[in-house]
Amino acid sequence: MTDGNIISIEGIARRYPAPGGKGKSTTIFENLWLGVRRGEFVCTIGHSGCGKTTVLNILAGLDAPSEGTVIVDGQAIDGPSLDRAVIFQSHALLPWLSVQGNVAFAVRSRWPDWSAARIEEQARRFIALVGLAGSERKRPAELSGGMKQRVGIARALSIEPKILLMDEPFSALDALTRGTLQDEARRICMETGQTTYMITHDIDEAIYLADRIVLMTNGPGARVAEIVENPLPRDRARTDLYRHPSYYPLRNHLIEFLVTRSRTLRDAPADGWDPRHPPVVRPGAHPELVPGEPSLHSVPNALSA
Amino acid sequence: MNVSLNVRAAVLSVGILVLFLAAWYAATTGSGPVAPMDPEYAKLMGLTATQGKSAMPGPLDVAATLWGHLRDPFYVRGTNDVGLGIQLGHSVLRVAGGYLLAVLVAVPGGFLIGMSPLMSRALDPFIQVMKPISPLAWMPLALYTIKDSGKSAIFVIFICSLWPMLINTAFGVANTRKEWLNVARTLEVGTLRRAFLVILPAAAPTILTGMRISIGIAWLVIVAAEMLVGGTGIGYFVWNEWNNLSITNVITAILVIGLVGMILDQALARVARLVTFPE
Ligand SMILES: Nc1ncnc2c1ncn2[C@@H]1O[C@H](COP(=O)(O)OP(=O)(O)OP(=O)(O)O)[C@@H](O)[C@H]1O
Ligand SMILES: [Mg+2]
Repeated sequence: MTDGNIISIEGIARRYPAPGGKGKSTTIFENLWLGVRRGEFVCTIGHSGCGKTTVLNILAGLDAPSEGTVIVDGQAIDGPSLDRAVIFQSHALLPWLSVQGNVAFAVRSRWPDWSAARIEEQARRFIALVGLAGSERKRPAELSGGMKQRVGIARALSIEPKILLMDEPFSALDALTRGTLQDEARRICMETGQTTYMITHDIDEAIYLADRIVLMTNGPGARVAEIVENPLPRDRARTDLYRHPSYYPLRNHLIEFLVTRSRTLRDAPADGWDPRHPPVVRPGAHPELVPGEPSLHSVPNALSA
Repeated sequence: MNVSLNVRAAVLSVGILVLFLAAWYAATTGSGPVAPMDPEYAKLMGLTATQGKSAMPGPLDVAATLWGHLRDPFYVRGTNDVGLGIQLGHSVLRVAGGYLLAVLVAVPGGFLIGMSPLMSRALDPFIQVMKPISPLAWMPLALYTIKDSGKSAIFVIFICSLWPMLINTAFGVANTRKEWLNVARTLEVGTLRRAFLVILPAAAPTILTGMRISIGIAWLVIVAAEMLVGGTGIGYFVWNEWNNLSITNVITAILVIGLVGMILDQALARVARLVTFPE
């Protein structure tokens, strides 16, 4: 099961005690299984409150599952690690440090023996990578929301993590800035072969960025209803996604899930649904229409199955 | 209309000062020769009786006294006759001593309390009981155990400066934003680095607020403490001049106490501005 997976979520559950201590505890999710392959970009979609952030925090090591384990690179995790960088939804920059200071703080944490010059050089490189060269001396308060988010991305990337965890990183931004940052995120992840796990509410963002999209049903008691393989070619451009014949089938599939099936599948899972192997679907995929698409592994078209 | 707010405020301040001084002058100045009286009696009673002069000194008397003190603040002409500067120096040194001791205890102590919910709960009842005790209530106990009036005054300053700093430090540390702590956790930042590079800067503005409250209280308390223990200090000076019935000196001292208190407060406000970060 863990073959080729850098992350393997194995049967985790998260329960919160009932208020007051007595009575039944609330189960946010249980028996959740999911694998992420090396170099893969995975997006999770689900309604508010279904437990996406909880899963991400468990992956980051900031929260512990009530049951089950998460294996990263062959080892069960117990706590946060520099191998797993987090881009927080609220950017979480340290306001008393400059842009350079924030990134350098991360770099120094990663490589404590590096010289000051080397740390500064590494920080500068990643600040430039997200297009903020020239703003190194600014404080976070002097930056726009999009610029702050970019510093957060630079900070996460500067420690060259094995895995990048992103919690709705672009949701607070205007459409134009969001588009630019999506392009940058995609370029950086493609160039460096970065393994990335991202939460989003934005279907188009998931379609553009993800190799696979994890669909979570509503909570409490959320499940991974299915995993959608992205049928679009790997060298896609944000502006002409919609030209691809699989774009609308994929988009409609996701919307239909969010509108109805996210609710119905929680109450009654599909026949033969196996929490360990949730169905994998590839909407609208016609192999002969997507030449050059690297096949990660051959998946039967679940819609026709 | 183009004059800046600062300039207008300054003009108004000066106006209020002039009005106040004029009213003070008018209220204390003589009303001219009064009814004739026995010259012997007049000599005995002084200008208060002959010229209808108020017993309160006027602004000019106070200004003259103040000028006299400022010209020669550090003279020593016997135990009870030393310059105002020396008396102030004694008070400032006591406040500095007690206050710095309190900083040394309160900031690390507050840090530990703030970082540990257990300690915070365990110590809370003690702090709640100790905090409302008037610092002067400690004086007899201090005199009895320390057996030195100067050191007892320092102890009283220590005790009264302690609580605001302890409580503010603990509060600031305990309320460090979760997201900043999570950043430190995901970067595997060690305990010491986290304390000094994340929690301390995050709590610094709150800590400085506590330090500013404390210095204000310490300066309030030192005057009363020195009236009690006697010997030296600006509080003792005020009490001594009251016994000498030198109201001019008392008013001068009041003015100087206010000025020094303001300087202490402004100094800490400066420091607070340095550690405050915009969000
Ligand atoms: N400390 C807590 N105590 C009790 N319940 C909690 C606690 N924290 C979170 N929950 C519950 O866990 C569920 C999942 O929360 P989570 O933050 O993971 O949702 P999410 O999917 O990220 O939602 P969103 O899309 O709005 O960010 C929510 O229903 C929430 O009420
Ligand atoms: Mg969330």
